[in-house]
Amino acid sequence: MRGAAMEITYIQAINQALHEEMSRDENVFVMGEDVGELGGAFKATEGLLAAFGEERVIDTPIAESLIVGAGVGAAVLGMRPVVEMQFADFISCAFDQIVNMAATLRYRHGGRASCPMVIRAPSGAGVHGALFHSQNPEAWFTRVPGLKVVAPATVYDAKGLLKAAIRDDDPVIYFEHKRLYRSLKDDIPEGDFTVPIGVAELRQEGEELSIITYGGTLNQCLDAARIVAKEDGLSVEVLDLRTLLPLDREAVLKTARKTGKVLVVHEDRLTGGFGGEIAALIAEHAFEDLDAPVRRLAALDTHTAFSPPLEEYILPNTNKIVDAIRSLAAY
Amino acid sequence: MPEAQTKTEAGATASRAEYELQLYYWMKLIRAFEERVSRLHRQNKIFGGVYSGAGQEAICTGICAPLQPGDFVSPLHRDLGVFLMRGVDPGRLMAQLMGKETGLSRGKDSFLHGGDLERGVFGSTSMLGSSLPVAVGAALKFRMKRENHIAVAFFGEGTSSRGDVHEAMNFAGVRKLPVLFVCENNRYAYSTPLEKQMAIEDVADRAAAYGFTGHTVSGNDLLAVYELAERVTKRMRAGGGPELIECKTYRFHGHSEHDAALYRDKDELLQWESRDPIPLYEFYLEKRGHDIKRIREEVDARTHEVVQAAVEFAEQSPYPKPEEALEDLYASPPAAGRRPAG
Repeated sequence: MRGAAMEITYIQAINQALHEEMSRDENVFVMGEDVGELGGAFKATEGLLAAFGEERVIDTPIAESLIVGAGVGAAVLGMRPVVEMQFADFISCAFDQIVNMAATLRYRHGGRASCPMVIRAPSGAGVHGALFHSQNPEAWFTRVPGLKVVAPATVYDAKGLLKAAIRDDDPVIYFEHKRLYRSLKDDIPEGDFTVPIGVAELRQEGEELSIITYGGTLNQCLDAARIVAKEDGLSVEVLDLRTLLPLDREAVLKTARKTGKVLVVHEDRLTGGFGGEIAALIAEHAFEDLDAPVRRLAALDTHTAFSPPLEEYILPNTNKIVDAIRSLAAY
Repeated sequence: MPEAQTKTEAGATASRAEYELQLYYWMKLIRAFEERVSRLHRQNKIFGGVYSGAGQEAICTGICAPLQPGDFVSPLHRDLGVFLMRGVDPGRLMAQLMGKETGLSRGKDSFLHGGDLERGVFGSTSMLGSSLPVAVGAALKFRMKRENHIAVAFFGEGTSSRGDVHEAMNFAGVRKLPVLFVCENNRYAYSTPLEKQMAIEDVADRAAAYGFTGHTVSGNDLLAVYELAERVTKRMRAGGGPELIECKTYRFHGHSEHDAALYRDKDELLQWESRDPIPLYEFYLEKRGHDIKRIREEVDARTHEVVQAAVEFAEQSPYPKPEEALEDLYASPPAAGRRPAG
């Protein structure tokens, strides 16, 4: 039986990972807007200031480029900064520091420099955040060599991937979905564990159709799979990518070849979204095994509008996924 | 330059007079190296962008002379002199400019983008000003680890218009971090003159807004730059917080070697050429009683030898293998077998 005392939320998993890694390694420190006294806008860094003091829990001015750039400077000298973008939407203000400075650092130093930095980015819609507190900007970064990009969808992965990211010797962008912060709860093992970066996880085995997803839409996909299993008798496989860069191509192709029908789901917009890369990969390497064109379900190609009927219309949800599964299954 | 000639060892023991001659050697070495680079560029042996620091050598020399091993320096594109002052191997530096395997970035990036972190030299990007927050982060590390080092961030007056410069200086001021901001005000951002870049005359004025001191100094006066840098860095090592030194200077060449700089007034160039930091310093040495003609000949012979050896090393070095283009992206490559076979 699962002990209730061990049940924690997704954001508590993040908080635990930070506490444990800062205790384990004195070179780990956190930096960002309101991460100290306030404990972060979402309380992800709560308790860190009391536990580790002002020198390792650094409140910064509103200056995202500085936050990431200073992280780079500390990281090249052996520190392991975990810097926070208060909302993933603000990561655009640090774009140059991430894609030009951090991502090229090892390359332009001929392999003789490392940037072991984590950029935490609270992302995602469905929280009435409107245009500038709802974004899923992962696709801006998944094409940048030198970066790693992860997007945990479970409580276990939230903790294990953050620990792995902190211990990684390369810059890792860690997209944590805001809607999961307190809605997702799970029993996870106490103590130290990591989730390997670059390895996808099969969340549900199935025979007739594969869904490939990550982050905020995993649970919607699992719900949809349960509905079509019950109502339509469809056997759906669900693959959680967990890491977008480097992509676990083997896992993607394996499930595509197994079921021959693939639905890619993400909350980011359709055009230029990461689903396009998944679809292209499958088309290029598993075309002969397909029984239907790869289908993508994503946010509509517009901004994430504020008014509830607009937001609901734009974003993927369980019902839309169910419809997409049925349509693809009937192909 | 050889380790034995670096400031910390030489400077600690040498007399003031000997040290002044050492400063002369360094400034002349930078000039000789860069002149050779410009020539090699004209001969198509160095390709890509080449940004000459000719006319600004006194700044790299004077600022870097009081630095110590372990200090962190982020030079910009016109600061080749910083590399030489920090003891980066001239051969590897020349190989870097030629895109050779033995270069600092092993052929990955051009010109001064390949740093040498063992000597505290951080390779910049082309996004001018982005390295200032990085220098602030280095200083943050020194503070956290109770290390008595300082970070030095070079930038131009053109770069001072970037938001990153503001963000970096503001945070350095708030945290009183040991960062020396060095502005090389050469009056042009590529072709854009000072008066189209800012409504004030001195970048140094901005330091007050960040809660620290800004100095202006003639960037063509080696002793003035050196003495100011020595005072300022001493204060910073004692916990004095950031300071800004603005060096007034002038670019002898165009923005890059491709640029004839026809947008500049000929008289203006002439005036500034008459303020060339090298003859100015020679005049000082002469006043000090040195036989400058003899010293110049000796130093020219020495710098020629160093530069010639660097060129030979670089020319004899191999280019990287094509497939190395995919190396040095990550600490370790993605797990084997995760790439599709086809």
